[in-house]
Amino acid sequence: MLLSIKDLQIHYKTPMGPVKAVDGISFDVPEGKVVGVVGESGFGKTTAVRSILRVMPTVASFAGGEIIFDGKDILKLSDRQMNDLRWRDIAYIPQSAMNALDPVWRVGDQIVEVLTKRGGMPKAEARTRSEQLFAMVGLEANRLRDYPHQFSGGMRQRASIALALALNPRLVIADEPVTALDVIIQRQVLDTFAKLQREFGLSVILVTHDISVVAYVCDHVVVMYAGKVVEKGPARDVLTHPSHAYTIGLYNAFPELSADHDCELSPIEGGPPLLLNTPPGCRFRPRCPFALEICKTDPPEVKVGPDHFAQCHRAHEGASLRQLAADPAVWRRVVTA
Amino acid sequence: MLRPSEPGLADVPAQPARARLPDLSAGRKRAGFLREIGRSLQTIAQVPRRNAYAAIGLLIYLLFVLTALLADQLIHYRPLEILFSDTYQLKRSLPPSSDHWLGTTQGGRDIYSQLVMGTRSALAVGLTAAMCVVAIGTLVGLVSGYFGGWVDNLLMRVSDIALGIPFLPFVIVLAAFLGASQTNIVLGIALLLWPNSARVIRSQVMTLRERAFVEAARVTGAGQWRILFVHIAPNILSLSFLYTSVAVGWAILTEAAVSFLGFGPSNTVSWGYMLQDAYASQALGREQYNWFLPPGLAIVLVVMGGFFISRGYEEALFPKLKG
Amino acid sequence: MTGVAVAQKAGDDVLLRVENLSKSFMLSRSLGDVLRGRNPKVDAVSDISFTLRRGETIGIVGESGCGKTTLGRMLLKLIEPSAGSVRFDGVDLSDLDRPAELAFRRRAQLVFQNPFDALNPHFTIRRSLYEPLFNTQVPVADHDNLMGQALVRVQLDHMLHLLDSYPHQLSGGQLQRVVLARALVVQPDFIVADEPVSMLDVSVRAGILNVLREARDTMGLAAVFISHDLALVRYVCERTITMYLGSVVEDGPTRDVIARPLHPYTRALVQAVPVPDVDQSHDPLPIIGAMPDVRNPPPGCRFSDRCPLADNACRAERPPLRVVSPGRRVACFKVPDQ
Repeated sequence: MLLSIKDLQIHYKTPMGPVKAVDGISFDVPEGKVVGVVGESGFGKTTAVRSILRVMPTVASFAGGEIIFDGKDILKLSDRQMNDLRWRDIAYIPQSAMNALDPVWRVGDQIVEVLTKRGGMPKAEARTRSEQLFAMVGLEANRLRDYPHQFSGGMRQRASIALALALNPRLVIADEPVTALDVIIQRQVLDTFAKLQREFGLSVILVTHDISVVAYVCDHVVVMYAGKVVEKGPARDVLTHPSHAYTIGLYNAFPELSADHDCELSPIEGGPPLLLNTPPGCRFRPRCPFALEICKTDPPEVKVGPDHFAQCHRAHEGASLRQLAADPAVWRRVVTA
Repeated sequence: MLRPSEPGLADVPAQPARARLPDLSAGRKRAGFLREIGRSLQTIAQVPRRNAYAAIGLLIYLLFVLTALLADQLIHYRPLEILFSDTYQLKRSLPPSSDHWLGTTQGGRDIYSQLVMGTRSALAVGLTAAMCVVAIGTLVGLVSGYFGGWVDNLLMRVSDIALGIPFLPFVIVLAAFLGASQTNIVLGIALLLWPNSARVIRSQVMTLRERAFVEAARVTGAGQWRILFVHIAPNILSLSFLYTSVAVGWAILTEAAVSFLGFGPSNTVSWGYMLQDAYASQALGREQYNWFLPPGLAIVLVVMGGFFISRGYEEALFPKLKG
Repeated sequence: MTGVAVAQKAGDDVLLRVENLSKSFMLSRSLGDVLRGRNPKVDAVSDISFTLRRGETIGIVGESGCGKTTLGRMLLKLIEPSAGSVRFDGVDLSDLDRPAELAFRRRAQLVFQNPFDALNPHFTIRRSLYEPLFNTQVPVADHDNLMGQALVRVQLDHMLHLLDSYPHQLSGGQLQRVVLARALVVQPDFIVADEPVSMLDVSVRAGILNVLREARDTMGLAAVFISHDLALVRYVCERTITMYLGSVVEDGPTRDVIARPLHPYTRALVQAVPVPDVDQSHDPLPIIGAMPDVRNPPPGCRFSDRCPLADNACRAERPPLRVVSPGRRVACFKVPDQ
């Protein structure tokens, strides 16, 4: 297991009290696999994955848990050791590629700089390597001489992938890498990830809100809601047998290109909860069409398949709940406060 | 002309069957133009509670405004009255005493009373000039930024000219030609100081012009002038407010400088006038600190108050600048 | 379909007729350009023609830079075309005087992409909803009625306290409903929705899309739905037009276009859309290279440098948009009549 997150907790300090942005999440990233982290904005996905690199805003702090990378607990490393880890072993691709690329430097020079300063490579070797990196992501070598603003959105994204891969990391964390891209470019970028995984054994954590992207490229899925992991498992299992109401809801809220019948989409009523002074019990209860009284107590993690877990009191009823969920009226009946 | 909608539509009610219409009349009293102004004032009033700069600045202004309003009650003597002692001697350059809190000038006038009365002059000039400057600057900025093209070009070239003219000499020359009066000083300030605020407001308007809600206003049928004054203007009024507080400081300084140089009106007392009088009477040589320090400090205090207000509100209204 | 929609379909009139519409933008010239007498320009929209019937919903699909947003703005008279015409109910949009323009604005509205930017931050929600009514001179007596109806349609009628709130106090989903309400409050016949859900969270999108569908059904609204997401278009639109680099490449009933795309670009687009199926195809797309520079499109067919089927005929001449079967148009030499 390349990366193991156990019971991670991250709190934000706000004038109104601590906000538990990440409240006890656990999941694993096996070597050479792509793990998708799905959930909506503000639910702690970005905070959680950036915490793997220990890059967090000053108001956020670790409040518990472990992050074990290659046998070592990252949270216990010194700043110096952590710095060595960054970019070399674990790399990060931010949501907007323009955040990764410096607009006043040529792209090629930025890659060379990483290779020489952090990788200790001689300059000539660094140049060859940067051409290799561009080839890996499907960009022409002569574009190395361009500035970021001369690239299109998709090319910029691929350039930031090349930048992240410069030092041959074992794990890449990609934060919504294809959200802003057109569908054809999106496909090319996702294919690039798949190819890198196949040919170089790269492990990837891919944060996204789009389950179709997960289906296309991920081996495992982790579904997050309100700072907790509500479901996780192999992508195939989670997508064919979603067992948590939120996952089921996400699935039904997505318009599908291949749908045969003119079915109506089921929106999930209400909005995400404020993560301040959260009451005990399941966080999804106010929006869940299947909630019962027992859901006011913390839900247990239930095993619903080999390596497939859901945090729900009714996880074992998956099959019947999925059937009920197919009717949009069931979702509309949820009365939100 | 476009035909009215198809006759068939008028017959069939357009409401979906399931809900009755909500009652909106209850809420309507709470909306309206005055409410909006009230809300803006409320926002402005709340800032000093959270921001020390704004609070201190406002306090200073408040102090001076009260002094100016109550000047007639506060002064001991008429500011320009030449005073004689009981023994018919000119009360020349007396040190501070219980009769004359700040002493007297070389010409026998009460310094304290001059200082207090000078507040009126300072504020009159300062506030009037500042409002003129900002009014012109805001108008020019709005029109220039929104319409662009030759209008923008023309206005910006005019502002270039205004910026190119040296400020103090111009005001002095104006006062010399048109007569030394407060009105003319205000005129001079207003003519030359508006480009700064105009430029900044213009660039802000140019940004706002591209935003979706402005396009939305067009789509809903608003005409150009309506968009400019009803949709865009409220978003830049906070900038105008900031510039007003800064401009007051500049105006007071200018007035003081012009009076100090002897080109100001000689029939009204202002702090600059006091400084000029002190200088001409060689008060520094005689170490009459009680004469020239108070007006100097008063100027510094008022200008500082203005900057504090602008700094405090800037932080509150544009928090991103805090970095 | 309700009585309203039926009444309109019976007339079956064309509501919007777009003919040879083009728009070019001039680019800033370098000194070299000036000396050589060049006027570089971008042909954002090139010779587009289509019709929209009353109550019909068309989706316009394409990637960034294909001109769909510019097209949408021209349909609402927010941008003046360089050539060609847009006729609304028979009247050319460039021919309107002010009163006629206001009448048009009452019948045609826009739904924006970014809900956080589409409302004036200084206006309460009520004030924003009031603006279109005021501008198009709707009698004051009708205001409450119309606002109420609009709120019911977007399902905000149980949250009336929102009316006195300001935009920054609302969530993205609520804001977009308000934007929709503002568009619907004058009871238009026609709306253009420009990527209305792309900035919203996934679980919230479905709500807005359902509101759009319902509005279409109950108001007999005709709509042009602009999106880069084929799946969304499929959910809302009966007909789909695909655009590439400023021109229409395919036009037909949505089901047909997605099930059997005829133009090679549409084919690539359809294949590129991921689905929530773990076993979906990972075959390479039938498309080569990247989008060319908009300023220098290939001569002949604009898609020729990326098309797997392209030959010399394609590179020499631009294929016209022609009818290949009833209701289906394609701009490609390689597609036979069906």
